[in-house]
Amino acid sequence: MLRWLHKVLALSVLFPLMAIVVSGSVLSVLPAWERAGTISPSAQGVSVAELAGRLANSNAGVEQIKRLPSGKVITFSFGNDGPAANVVDPSSGEPVSSYAPSAFERWMTNLHRSFFLDDGGRMAAGAGALAMLVLTLSGLQMTARRMGGWRHIFARARGDGVQRLHADLGRLAAFGLLLSTVTALYLSLTTFGLIPEGTSPTPAVPTVTSSGPALPAGQIAALRGVDLSELRELTFPNPANPDGLFQLTTASGEGYVDPANGEMLAWQPHSAARQVYEFVYMLHTGQGLWWLGLLLGVSALGVPVLGLSGTVVWWSRKRAHAPIAGNVPAKDADTVILVGSEGGSTWGFARTLHAALTSNGHRVHAAPMDSLLRSYPTARRMFVLTATYGDGTAPATAGAFLKRLDGINAPPPYPVAVLGFGDRQFPQFCQFARDVEAGLARKGWASLLPLEAIDRQSAQEFARWGEALSDVLGEPLVLAHVPERPRTHALTLVERTDYGAEVQAPTCVLRFALPRRGVVARLTGHGWPHFAAGDLMAILPPDCTMPRYYSLASSTRDGFIEICVRKHPGGLCSGLLHGLQPGDSVEAFVKANARFRPARGRKPVILIGAGTGVGPLAGFARSNAARRPIHLYFGGRDPASDFLYEPEIAGWLDDKRLTSLATAFSRVKGGGYVQDRLRDDADRLRALIANGAQVMVCGGRDMAAGVMQTMADVLAPIGLTPVALKAQGRYAEDVY
Amino acid sequence: MKSLLAILAVTTALTAPGLAMARPVTLTTTLNNYGGDGAYLALYVTDATGVYKGTLWMAGRKSKYYSHLSGWERASRGKLSDVNGITGASVGAGRTLKITLDLADALFDAGYKLHIDAAVEDMRDSPSEVVVPLTSAGAGRPVAGRSYIRSFTYDM
Repeated sequence: MLRWLHKVLALSVLFPLMAIVVSGSVLSVLPAWERAGTISPSAQGVSVAELAGRLANSNAGVEQIKRLPSGKVITFSFGNDGPAANVVDPSSGEPVSSYAPSAFERWMTNLHRSFFLDDGGRMAAGAGALAMLVLTLSGLQMTARRMGGWRHIFARARGDGVQRLHADLGRLAAFGLLLSTVTALYLSLTTFGLIPEGTSPTPAVPTVTSSGPALPAGQIAALRGVDLSELRELTFPNPANPDGLFQLTTASGEGYVDPANGEMLAWQPHSAARQVYEFVYMLHTGQGLWWLGLLLGVSALGVPVLGLSGTVVWWSRKRAHAPIAGNVPAKDADTVILVGSEGGSTWGFARTLHAALTSNGHRVHAAPMDSLLRSYPTARRMFVLTATYGDGTAPATAGAFLKRLDGINAPPPYPVAVLGFGDRQFPQFCQFARDVEAGLARKGWASLLPLEAIDRQSAQEFARWGEALSDVLGEPLVLAHVPERPRTHALTLVERTDYGAEVQAPTCVLRFALPRRGVVARLTGHGWPHFAAGDLMAILPPDCTMPRYYSLASSTRDGFIEICVRKHPGGLCSGLLHGLQPGDSVEAFVKANARFRPARGRKPVILIGAGTGVGPLAGFARSNAARRPIHLYFGGRDPASDFLYEPEIAGWLDDKRLTSLATAFSRVKGGGYVQDRLRDDADRLRALIANGAQVMVCGGRDMAAGVMQTMADVLAPIGLTPVALKAQGRYAEDVY
Repeated sequence: MKSLLAILAVTTALTAPGLAMARPVTLTTTLNNYGGDGAYLALYVTDATGVYKGTLWMAGRKSKYYSHLSGWERASRGKLSDVNGITGASVGAGRTLKITLDLADALFDAGYKLHIDAAVEDMRDSPSEVVVPLTSAGAGRPVAGRSYIRSFTYDM
């Protein structure tokens, strides 16, 4: 709901909002610019009387003095050459330059507040401010939810590049945007008289009791008591006005001054409403508070970037959930399919199920699991198809599912079937699907079919599940799933380095050339994308629809694509890769893996890897141009055979891309595992982690579990656990 | 080009619609290209001794800015009832405001003066931008204002 509001509002007001925020940013610079060009009076200050006296003596025919919020003092005079307006030096009263309000500023102001459309435009601009306020609040609320509550609102954002940029920038700009929009709304409401602005008619002109010659302006007591910094306007006695009084407006009130006896007449202090209005006006415009103006301007400049990144997030989300042909709205569906998908392949199965049920005459609604509704009024059955991310966590489209499920009190009248997708090689095979099944059972939901788990996207297992479903539904149903082959690029091998044959761990480091990226392909998102070490490269063997993933050991900037591959006996893909010679090519694509990337900043990084797990870690070291402290723990079998990257690592230690290296080899005399090195270095590791270091582990499942256990022991004395570090985003694992 | 026929719902002492003692008078005010937003203009009449008699027209709808028309505000005590029904839009730079209203014959050749106060956002306030005696002889003769008004004419 919140996301829907945020999205629809943002997309519908994007363009008018751009005009408001860009013009607002431009205007925000002007108070500081004005301020920079302002001559300040001497330190002891100047009274209004002093300035008025000097101006009266100059015979320039001054009629009015205005002090702008920047401190600039303007005089309006009418001399022999007609009307004139000058900026004057407040100390001497001498004109410094002629004054004309900037046409540019006026144009920008009118664009900003009314789109040049007078009151209708002002209403639209006010509505724009309201929209921006709602966008800011809804964005913050979504970010808080994502972070796990308002307490964590300033925690490190997760997600891929653009999404993270959107969240980070949004949080940075939020304060300025809230201040800008709330003050804008206030000003808008005063414009239309819905909030009092506090202006009252000028006080009635008093009957002048004194008479006689006017005092020199410099000796008028009522003006001597007013410092120039308090002045707003002083109007000199107008020969055409019979009363012949000064009219004075200051920061605190307004009144008349009798030039004959120098007394203040009919003083009327500003109302509280007016003082509030002027304060809000200052907050919004930065006039008189130039630094705040700049802050608001910079925040406003974030909005175009937020608009763009938000659109990209929306678009890629939309593409990831490629619409299903003939999807029925939730309220009309007899069958609901909820999908938990990380990479999108589960959606493919959902589409097959959707099509089969639809052709049987069902009205089918498919949606991400996160959009679970409280009720589906016409539903007769529900399916939950979900993958599992990593070690049993929810995939991207299902993060909020269990929480949402908890919020639904009564179980629905229809039964539900859960179908898990995963890889049996993992001990936590389909763990999230199991959690979902258990959650549903706990809430008393009826089961349509027992939980079934599909191993490695097997079309046969899926078809078998379809047969079981067909029996339950009592209607013929054939689930013939033909996975879509993902869009790939041909990569050409340029170099390979072999290791480990002597220790029965044949491993090679494969380096591919970066495919050429055409401009069109790049703009349409079909080119080879930017990637960083730690992202995944998917290799698609011929006649195969299921990609195998390898961690990238290089970044776009390195100019090549590198992976480490250990040959598994009978492994289709590793066999294919090990058979490659320079000049050969494979079909591949990149999948971002933002969860495994060093946090930005200069805090130390502890890298722990074994075997081919050192690949992405080597990539992190290689791209450490900033020379932040990086400590590498590497485990292998024999330094003479499978010390991957040995020469490169020596070079990185020399040029300080790597701060330290500790190795452990298991098949040499007195050897051991990386866990042993970690234990040896326990003191140092505790010190590093106490200083904010983060830990990144890459390797096989057993190794990662061993490292986690060892780190738990290492950290126990300082009251920390790997789990606690994980929650802070400071302990990341890439396990295979 | 603004051409307004003032149909005065509220009659002041100055206007007498439909009476034989009145005649239609057209007031034409043309502004300079002073390089600013629309001008607020107050057209009002004083007698020979400067005592305010009434307002003929107010160009500019937001009363919070009327204090910048300081001559009018001092004279009328800022009474909004005086401009009720005779208020129009502010007048853009270079534009012309044309209003026609029935004015009592007694206003002419009797020492009455027509004042125009002008004010523009962020620019100078110009009370008594134009002050002209209302005479039969003065009709049709353009006068210039001090700052904003290129020419003002009243035609009978």
